[in-house]
Amino acid sequence: MALDTTALDSKVPVGPLADKWTNHKFDVKLVNPANKRRFTVLVVGTGLAGASAAATLAELGYKVVCFSFHDSPRRAHSIAAQGGINAAKNYRNDGDSVHRLFYDTIKGGDYRAREANVHRLAEVSADIIDQCTAQGVPFAREYGGLLDNRSFGGAQVSRTFYARGQTGQQLLLGAYQALARQIHLGNVEMHTRTEMLDLVVKDGRATGIVTRDLVNGEVRSWSGHAVVVATGGYGNVFYLSTNAMQSNVTAIWRAHRRGALMANPCYTQIHPTCIPASDDFQSKLTLMSESLRNDGRIWVPKNADDARSPDQIPEDDRDYYLERRYPAFGNLVPRDVASRASKKEVDAGRGVGPLKNGVYLDFADAIGRLGRDVIEERYSNLIEMYDRITGEDPYQVPMRIYPAVHYTMGGLWVDYNLMSNVPGLYVLGEANFSDHGANRLGASALMQGLADGYFVLPYTIGDYLAGLLGQPVVPTSDAAFAEAETNVADMTRRMLSVKGTRSVDYFHKELGKLMWDNCGMARSTESLEKNLSEIPALAEEFWNDVRVLGNDESLNQSLERAGRVADYFEFATLLCHDALVREESCGGHFRVEHAQEDGEARRDDENFAHVAAWEWTGAPSAPTLHKEELVFESVHLATRSYK
Amino acid sequence: MTGKTLTLRLKVWRQDGPRAAGRFEEYDLPGISVDMSFLEMLDVLNERLNADGHEPVAFEHDCREGICGSCSLMINGMAHGPQKGTATCQLHMRHYRDGDEIVIEPWRSSAFPIIKDLVVDRAPFDAIIQAGGYISAPAGSAPDANSVPIPKEASDSAMDAAQCIGCGACVAACPNGAANLFTSAKLAHLNLLPQGQAERYSRTVAMVDTMEDHFGSCTNHGECEAACPKEISIDFIALMNRDYVKAQLFNRRLAGQRR
Repeated sequence: MALDTTALDSKVPVGPLADKWTNHKFDVKLVNPANKRRFTVLVVGTGLAGASAAATLAELGYKVVCFSFHDSPRRAHSIAAQGGINAAKNYRNDGDSVHRLFYDTIKGGDYRAREANVHRLAEVSADIIDQCTAQGVPFAREYGGLLDNRSFGGAQVSRTFYARGQTGQQLLLGAYQALARQIHLGNVEMHTRTEMLDLVVKDGRATGIVTRDLVNGEVRSWSGHAVVVATGGYGNVFYLSTNAMQSNVTAIWRAHRRGALMANPCYTQIHPTCIPASDDFQSKLTLMSESLRNDGRIWVPKNADDARSPDQIPEDDRDYYLERRYPAFGNLVPRDVASRASKKEVDAGRGVGPLKNGVYLDFADAIGRLGRDVIEERYSNLIEMYDRITGEDPYQVPMRIYPAVHYTMGGLWVDYNLMSNVPGLYVLGEANFSDHGANRLGASALMQGLADGYFVLPYTIGDYLAGLLGQPVVPTSDAAFAEAETNVADMTRRMLSVKGTRSVDYFHKELGKLMWDNCGMARSTESLEKNLSEIPALAEEFWNDVRVLGNDESLNQSLERAGRVADYFEFATLLCHDALVREESCGGHFRVEHAQEDGEARRDDENFAHVAAWEWTGAPSAPTLHKEELVFESVHLATRSYK
Repeated sequence: MTGKTLTLRLKVWRQDGPRAAGRFEEYDLPGISVDMSFLEMLDVLNERLNADGHEPVAFEHDCREGICGSCSLMINGMAHGPQKGTATCQLHMRHYRDGDEIVIEPWRSSAFPIIKDLVVDRAPFDAIIQAGGYISAPAGSAPDANSVPIPKEASDSAMDAAQCIGCGACVAACPNGAANLFTSAKLAHLNLLPQGQAERYSRTVAMVDTMEDHFGSCTNHGECEAACPKEISIDFIALMNRDYVKAQLFNRRLAGQRR
């Protein structure tokens, strides 16, 4: 590993924290309405961040070309977000404010996020709720007709807006509908079933992308004045996660290979409330929204050998370990804390269920206190989902839950304008690293995706485009595009020509096992070094023995997956490097060597209060590290305590 | 979690491409755990096909938790299979018995042409939304979210409709290949809310007319409601029809207004 000591310029504006964004909006260059139509912006991905950005840029008058590998923009994985979206509205009159949301997010992220970005996120959060309501998002309401809220982990105020257990779906449909309107108006050219497979960089600027048409295999170049990548997170590097099956790292990884820095890849979030795996054929894990922790109580039997059914275990023989260990926050501690606590119980043999791989999430008290109707009203779709998957009825027996990979805080490095170190390449939503530090709070992913797309990028992109006024896009006949197209076609040909014996899924599962066992909830020098030697070997085996049948001229799902898994091998290597070098425990990154006596994480602010941004050097095993020191002007760094 | 396994006989529709002729292929599939989901069962089939040198079956899936609307299988003639209110991805093998024969087909509708095997093109759904399935509210222009109280009943009813996942089961289940349940759900979501009133009638006409360009006509069979994984009510179709009739009055240009 090499270290590059040139400072990364985060472009955070000067001035008091609360004024930075307001001042910056005035300071950025504008593009006048008549000139906006002269600029073409390519938007890759149509989740909350991509769809909201594409729609908003088109509303402003830019020419937008938008890409999704799904059959419709509405299928992006944002749709699966359940619980809600945070906003500093203080509609509950319970002491919320922009500063409190900012503070909770910085603290929840274990002091590893950039203050200025997080403050801006908190500032625009209220606008998001207004915007979505105007679009027709049917947020939950009180009988008086006003908006309802619920509580989420890591906060002591109720600031989470929700639409039953389908908040992500409703917000995405809002953004998708805004996008559909712009498609109808002719302001957005939409390409579905089209996957970005390379970024084109010419004279140091992002000037276009290369895509593959997933139906007929056509490899094609697209040119634009700027490229916006909003392609989500990389949780599927662990194979089993709550991510959709097709969620992948490919677009951001290929951009990384073209020079974009990858920041903090080791910050991965393990969500505490998922349905435990049932067998070896398990293809994905299902999340049960964190909102369930509002009313559900988490416990395990005190005695590891307790074979009684949960309703037969008296109160005295139960350990409500979150309430016991964290009396102030109880069942609503942040995700990383809750996950590690579950792991501790299961590792100690107190797990429940046939495989002893879960803990109870119990609604009996809440049903007794509020009645079954209220619980049904709040969580019926989640409870039904659980029943369908497990064949058990949570109204009768407690749910069994266990942590699973859910969200990835790391991603491409971006400055305050959401631009990567490659000029012209913007990265939004989960695909960037910007706002959640080492741990994301519940209901903050939706907030960030929509903040980036509706209210941040539309202001900041003009600053870059204004400088390009009068310049045509680089023609796709340029050698840079030809080289990228050849690169894509070669990789496709290479995967089809191996003609080995093992399926793509076999390799993905093997990689996932290495990642979960050695780089999951607990990481050590030894386990990470094991991965750093075994992953390249597995990658080599992949390139010698993978079997991808079919051709590249028609729909070929194995081929699509093969490219994504190939990228995961390289990416996983970088993730483990990052985890090895970060000799501290913070948020979702837990190093067993860096724990306090009571098992809580031990951060090292003196040496690690920085963003680790990695540069591709051509060899996965030898990345170069750039550091962005995190400056805390407003928040005092403290050990997080939820006790 | 019972450790029980099934042996199944599958008849799966295979079709190499949009213009290729399709056929059923039969596969014997032993060792299927009852805890698997239906799609995990197909994963196992595909692993075995790949191991035997045969191209895996193409099928659409993504979230595998019943919300993205990608999965789209006719299972023994039923859209999304036998379990009520369940998308294919949420169907589990514990509902099948050892020795069962399962026929798996793609959605059958001329509006949804087959791309390959079990994958169809549902682009006409997007066309209906693009025609008017939105509230025009450019970012930045919104008033405070609590400035317009919405009766809880209206909001809940809009949410009931808005749950539609756009899978297309309603079309596949309809003997006429009509998309009235989909279109009416999308319309009701917006037409029931105060924010949706300004464009209510122009939206209704635009979406219904686009629907009719692509899909068959509704004759009140009610198969759509029975097949819908989100159990969306056909009452919304009545609301759509009523709004369509009203639109003939409301969409007239105001007196004195010129083109």
